[in-house]
Amino acid sequence: MNDSIERSAVISGIGQSAIGRRLNRSDLDLTVEASLEAIGDAGLTRDDIDGIASYPGGGGALPPGFSGPGTPEVQDALRLKVGWHMGGLEGPAQLAPVINACLAVAAGLANHVLVYRTVTEATAQGSGRRGGMGLGAQDRRVRGIFQWMLPYHAYSAANWVALYAQRHMHEFGTTREQLGAIAINARRNAAGNPKAIFREPLTMEEYLNARMITTPFGLYDCDVPCDGSTAVIVSRAERAEGASPPLRVNAVGTAIRGRPTWDQWEDLTTMAMRDAAAQLWSRTELTPADVDVAELYDGFSWLTLAWLEALGFAAKGEGGPFVEGGKRIALDGELPLNTSGGQLSAGRLHGFGLLHEACVQLRGIGGDRQAGAPEVAVVAAGGGPIAGCLLLTR
Amino acid sequence: MTETEFRLIPEVTPETEHFWRGGANGELVFLHCESCRNYIHPPSPVCPVCLSCELSPEPVSGRGTVATFTINHQPWNPSVPVPYVIALVEIDEQASLRLMTNIVGCDPEEVHVGMRVRVRFTQHDDVYLPLFEPDES
Ligand SMILES: [Zn+2]
Repeated sequence: MNDSIERSAVISGIGQSAIGRRLNRSDLDLTVEASLEAIGDAGLTRDDIDGIASYPGGGGALPPGFSGPGTPEVQDALRLKVGWHMGGLEGPAQLAPVINACLAVAAGLANHVLVYRTVTEATAQGSGRRGGMGLGAQDRRVRGIFQWMLPYHAYSAANWVALYAQRHMHEFGTTREQLGAIAINARRNAAGNPKAIFREPLTMEEYLNARMITTPFGLYDCDVPCDGSTAVIVSRAERAEGASPPLRVNAVGTAIRGRPTWDQWEDLTTMAMRDAAAQLWSRTELTPADVDVAELYDGFSWLTLAWLEALGFAAKGEGGPFVEGGKRIALDGELPLNTSGGQLSAGRLHGFGLLHEACVQLRGIGGDRQAGAPEVAVVAAGGGPIAGCLLLTR
Repeated sequence: MTETEFRLIPEVTPETEHFWRGGANGELVFLHCESCRNYIHPPSPVCPVCLSCELSPEPVSGRGTVATFTINHQPWNPSVPVPYVIALVEIDEQASLRLMTNIVGCDPEEVHVGMRVRVRFTQHDDVYLPLFEPDES
């Protein structure tokens, strides 16, 4: 067991901006709001912040609203003096900057790292700037990995993930009703989250009758674009001094051992979460049975099912029966799942909403959506050829 | 075969030319390892099985099996009628030789995992895009 890296790091502060469909605020403005809240929550001032990290960092070539401000913009806005900084797209998914921050504090490059993820996709898409993946570009030619997908009008991750969901259904008999249980559970939990985008109950009938996007995914299998920013402070354990108890980072999962592309991953019933999840459990004495609450990526409903299987909450192929009916995954069930409403109902904060919610639950401040008094939470982000996960303890 | 719909098409490079232009001769062409006979996709400078760099283009039968599929209903691209089928097809010559593609020439509802298909090409400028249709033979 490795205990030198993860256990040097804690999450000492959390912050979140307003969340909405059309906030008409800049990504930097939202990021500053979340960051200042997180710094204050950690009991720190900006002079204490000596590291900064984000996913994916500023990126001009990325879809509008996707990337948020780069770390130099945030550093400059807050006039931070940092000993360590990073942003980037390549790594164990959206949680990469959190995991990298753990490495940085363990290595002594920083004591308190501001980590954030900001999206303004709702505003970007609402103002007609959405082009899909390269659609509407001046240049009709595609390069790199997208040349193997986009010429077939497979423009969206919805299409790419649907291929796996369909194969999972074929091999294991997974049903749309089972996927629907994940969406309905998210909506039920969103009712207790004042910041969630959609809070009205969702029935199975509405789920099944919603317009199809790409089989087997209908509208409610797909997450909701939004505007918002989430920030956390990753601190060296002995330096955390906030009012709330620091949350221990017990283990991380960063592995990827299959072919790292959407179209060539060998096993069409799983994705990169298979390897990240296995590595997480290899780095801790805890087991899936110890987990009290799970915040698992739900860019599409099936991804959550794949994470449930990868993390060992259900055996391979048994994810469907595990979620069926929604009892086990409800707030008062054996594994409360996506307690804030997840991305399917609360909004696509791109993994960081789930991370924030795990911290909320471990602190016991979830209000109407609090799932008991959890001591161990798992957070997972990613799908397709990227995946990363964290095990947090109170 | 020509189409009125707008397609994004690949930029053809020396490394991918055999694949994107093989359809001019009606052939689906992959890189092939001369040492261990492994087919390689996407094109790479090295055989991932034996690490040989002696690779050459080699046509395959163009026949395969639908490994999985999705019927897309969302009008991402207004010039393309929906629904249409996106699939992953495994080529007969090698289980790991797989392509994302479209299944054409049949009702989308007829497509299923395990369906036998064969290649046909659609030309866009200098690119011959491999699509697949039901293979009754
Ligand atoms: Zn070889």
